[in-house]
Amino acid sequence: MLLQSSLASPAIGTVFWTTLIFLLLLVLLWKFAWDPIMKAVSSREDMIHNALDAAEKAREEMKVLQADNEIILRKAREERDKILRDARVAYERMMSEAKEKSQSESDAMVRRARELIERERVSAIAEVKREVARLAIEVASKVVGETLKSDAEQQKLIERYLKEIEANRN
Amino acid sequence: MLGLTVGTAESASSDTGKDETESHENGGKFDASTFIMDHVADSHEWHILTKKDSTHVAIYLPVIIYDKNSGLHIFSSEKLAHGHSYMGYAIAHEGKYAGKIVRVNSDGNHDGSKPPLDLSITKAVFGMMVASVILLLLMLGLARSYKRSGISAPKGFQGFLEPVILFVRDDIAIPNIGENKYSRFMPYLLTVFFFILINNLLGLIPFFPFGANVTGNVNVTFVLALITFLITQFSGNRSHWRHVFAAPGVPFWLLPIMIPIEIIGLFSKPFALMIRLFANITAGHIIVLSLVALIFIFESVFVAPISIFFVLFMDCIELLVAFLQAYVFTLLSALFIGMATAEPEHY
Repeated sequence: MLLQSSLASPAIGTVFWTTLIFLLLLVLLWKFAWDPIMKAVSSREDMIHNALDAAEKAREEMKVLQADNEIILRKAREERDKILRDARVAYERMMSEAKEKSQSESDAMVRRARELIERERVSAIAEVKREVARLAIEVASKVVGETLKSDAEQQKLIERYLKEIEANRN
Repeated sequence: MLGLTVGTAESASSDTGKDETESHENGGKFDASTFIMDHVADSHEWHILTKKDSTHVAIYLPVIIYDKNSGLHIFSSEKLAHGHSYMGYAIAHEGKYAGKIVRVNSDGNHDGSKPPLDLSITKAVFGMMVASVILLLLMLGLARSYKRSGISAPKGFQGFLEPVILFVRDDIAIPNIGENKYSRFMPYLLTVFFFILINNLLGLIPFFPFGANVTGNVNVTFVLALITFLITQFSGNRSHWRHVFAAPGVPFWLLPIMIPIEIIGLFSKPFALMIRLFANITAGHIIVLSLVALIFIFESVFVAPISIFFVLFMDCIELLVAFLQAYVFTLLSALFIGMATAEPEHY
């Protein structure tokens, strides 16, 4: 039945038309469909590929940049710390120097004052001594002028005084 | 356009008395195999329905015959419908040339001569033309949408077709033919894939102008397999032919056996392609039609729900088969081409 029917029997007409239609279809689709479609698809794929590559590159660059940033930031931070430290050191040094200077200055002043006072005191004492001696001489000359003429007792007194003065001087 | 005519033939089948193909309408007796074969086999007319009064509604496709003696004849197949003869030609209903147009003598019987060259636009050819036009419009539209949208992401129908095209490229052509050589064969592989696919799918639609059994026609699959065969042989490189005529590693005294086997192998591959597609699609149609025929065999409307359920089920499977057979044909074509163009392995 199956083979008797036209189901599996050769038909030149169908072969002819199938060949014609298929080849025509092949040529038309080739020229007007497959070529532009495949081109568009592959150009899109290229573009996607390139875009992905570019993105990857950008990410790499970003990473490098980020690392650079990190380094710069760290350097800046170090710089800042160093500056701060230096500033503190300088401040302290300056403070201590100032302190020292003022101390030494005040010390010198005090010393000078002391020296001055000492000198004044010594000169004053000398003055006093000179005055006292003058007075004493004056007094003594007066006393001596009156009494030396008299008795021996007074002579003794003068001698004692002189001794005392001698002792004092030493 | 194609000179086809729609008409209701006035002649009832019972008039002529030799209308075997229409016998399932005769006397209420239903012949399932004739019913099925009428739908699966190719014919010169596109039968749509038979009315209660035994008149037929059909699309009459043009008959084109070339006879050595009388030259080219083009006329509507309405003239040959239901056993009529026209200009000395009629469709033979029995014998060696059953279903073919043959010369008849005055009493309407085959005169025994060789049938003329029949280049008629038959049902299969017409269905193929419809499918090709649809495919062409579809793909030209797709190409235009690429031109319009440039390289932006595929949209709409483009988004549906592009993965299929890329599937043919990435899963059929490249793995079998190779990265370097596949692009030469892409147009053929894409065309044959979509040609088979669209004909398979349209064959499942049971309304005119669809439903012709195109890829289930052995002549159609023969042409497709022949083209694959020719492409394979013409693109075959030295190593391909050396494997046929002097297979490496085979002792020379075996060659007299090996060469015929290899040559048979060259032909058996496309032959298998031809038979596989034809048999799968025809079998699917036959199963669906058998399930429908059950209703008429049992002559009970209560069989209809069961039949419809199974037909629905079968149609789902046929949908899968439509894709599968298109895939298999293209895949094997790519495989054969790939084998013929493969560079010899380096040891």
